[in-house]
Amino acid sequence: MDIVYAIWLRSIKRYLRSKSRIVGSLGMPLFFMLVLGFGLNSIVRVPGMEGDYISFLIPGVVAMSVLFTSVFSGIQIIWDKQFGFLKETLVAPVSRLEIMLGQTLGGATTAVIQGLILMVFALFIGLEPTGVTGFVIAVLFMALIGVFFTAFGIAIASRMEDMHGFQLIMNFVIFPIFGLSGALFPIDSLPAWLRPLTLADPLTYGVEGIRYGLTGAAQVSPVICLAVLAGCAVLMTAVGAYLFRKISV
Amino acid sequence: MPAIDVHDLTKSFDGFVAVDGISFTIESGEIFGLLGPNGAGKTTTIAMLATMQRPTSGAATVNGHDIVTDEDGVRRSIGIVFQDQSLDEELTAYENMDFHGRLYRIGGEVRRQRIGELLALVRLEDRKDDLVKTYSGGMRRRLEIARGLLHEPTVLFLDEPTLGLDPQTRNHLWEYIERLNAEKGITIILTTHYMEEADRLCDRVAIIDRGSIVAEGTPAGLKASIGGDVITIASPDPDAVAGLLTAPWVSGVERRDGQVTIRLENAEEHVPGIVTAIHQRSIGITSLAVRKPTLEDVFLHYTGRTIREEEASGREAMRMFHRAGRR
Repeated sequence: MDIVYAIWLRSIKRYLRSKSRIVGSLGMPLFFMLVLGFGLNSIVRVPGMEGDYISFLIPGVVAMSVLFTSVFSGIQIIWDKQFGFLKETLVAPVSRLEIMLGQTLGGATTAVIQGLILMVFALFIGLEPTGVTGFVIAVLFMALIGVFFTAFGIAIASRMEDMHGFQLIMNFVIFPIFGLSGALFPIDSLPAWLRPLTLADPLTYGVEGIRYGLTGAAQVSPVICLAVLAGCAVLMTAVGAYLFRKISV
Repeated sequence: MPAIDVHDLTKSFDGFVAVDGISFTIESGEIFGLLGPNGAGKTTTIAMLATMQRPTSGAATVNGHDIVTDEDGVRRSIGIVFQDQSLDEELTAYENMDFHGRLYRIGGEVRRQRIGELLALVRLEDRKDDLVKTYSGGMRRRLEIARGLLHEPTVLFLDEPTLGLDPQTRNHLWEYIERLNAEKGITIILTTHYMEEADRLCDRVAIIDRGSIVAEGTPAGLKASIGGDVITIASPDPDAVAGLLTAPWVSGVERRDGQVTIRLENAEEHVPGIVTAIHQRSIGITSLAVRKPTLEDVFLHYTGRTIREEEASGREAMRMFHRAGRR
């Protein structure tokens, strides 16, 4: 546990020190929240939901921010590889599993912090707090998204030589995951043939879980969301740990 | 028990043999040098001994721990300074040390105390709270050495410790290394392609070329083994000069870049004779120098090439090796 903590601590220190990264990665989610939120608020009604579109959108954008931050945190291992720091951890008498778990928890923590910052902004544009329980539920789902996608990033980074493939991953993997998740629109209104894809997307369950926590309404039962997302997170951590074990520098 | 015992260690990558059946033994408390050009297999040897890479065949122990079956035992007892920097530049010197201490499970109080001592040893205590990205190359190297010592290893690996440093910093580092060895009794294995570094620091040296050890011994012994003195003659017609030197007291002649290098005993006595002989044939001498042999001459003797020539072909091999590794 000491080792996991040491690596977690390093991630957090690096995160808190990179002010430009914190601010920079707030840009896109804020843009989505403001432009889509205000732009579509008056013309879009979400069927089956009492609130307006902006309160539907906020949980989706929070999930998006957690998604991007955690994938990025995981993929950062490539930089550790390139700048040589990874050798320092790999030659120590510690198991790769401990290193990987520390990285995963560190990435998930930074992603949750990033999501919380966004939630604070959301308070000013229409997020109405529903109480402590709802907030805790939302944070729990954010943490699970964080674990899943940091582990996903580590899995990818373990097989990549340098950052060149990063754009490819962003455009062809991460954006589709985001787009299909029901972060921006209710999954019920999708054409029937797209629905299985949406339900195969782990982020869907995260978005719906956060939405349940923040607004009290969701299109997938929160218990199912929790079961599916937690299962996916454990599985992805195992896959990430397996691939990370074979990393060489 | 020897600190390091290597038997017939081999590493190949897709048919390229980087290390080819080397064997050597390092006694506890020694400073041992692996001397050779880039691409000779030094770093691969270190990587195997430090459990970063698995040998293709052969065996080795470090402090009695087998490098394949007891990786953690090896890792706990060694410190390593890699050829390329391995610090986290976004952290301070203290934080880099602290991270390392936690990785090696050194308890809080002991950790703090040792970090303080070691940062003082490498004279970085004034800058300990500055981010490493503000450090110069020499400071980073010193910090890496301090970090490698934090868990009190009995064997310290230094892979090209002074590569890319200015002469003054290099001298300082040499002093640190000698002091560490003398005061703490740490066994040190270092790789270098600087002859004078090996000469100055090492108790024993193994010359490694193209994956094999071609000579091994004390620097003095190696130099003595190739004959007492060296005369270097530059001439417009080096071949003719070399052709003259057939006397029994000449123990070796090599031609390089318009120069003839002669190895012999008691060079001072023979200089007049050599000069006269060359003069009688009207060959001409551009310059003549008499000196004691260096490890450079030893390298030339055992490999038939100077280390600089080797550098060029060595880099080529490394490049191919990297390309192969990427696939």
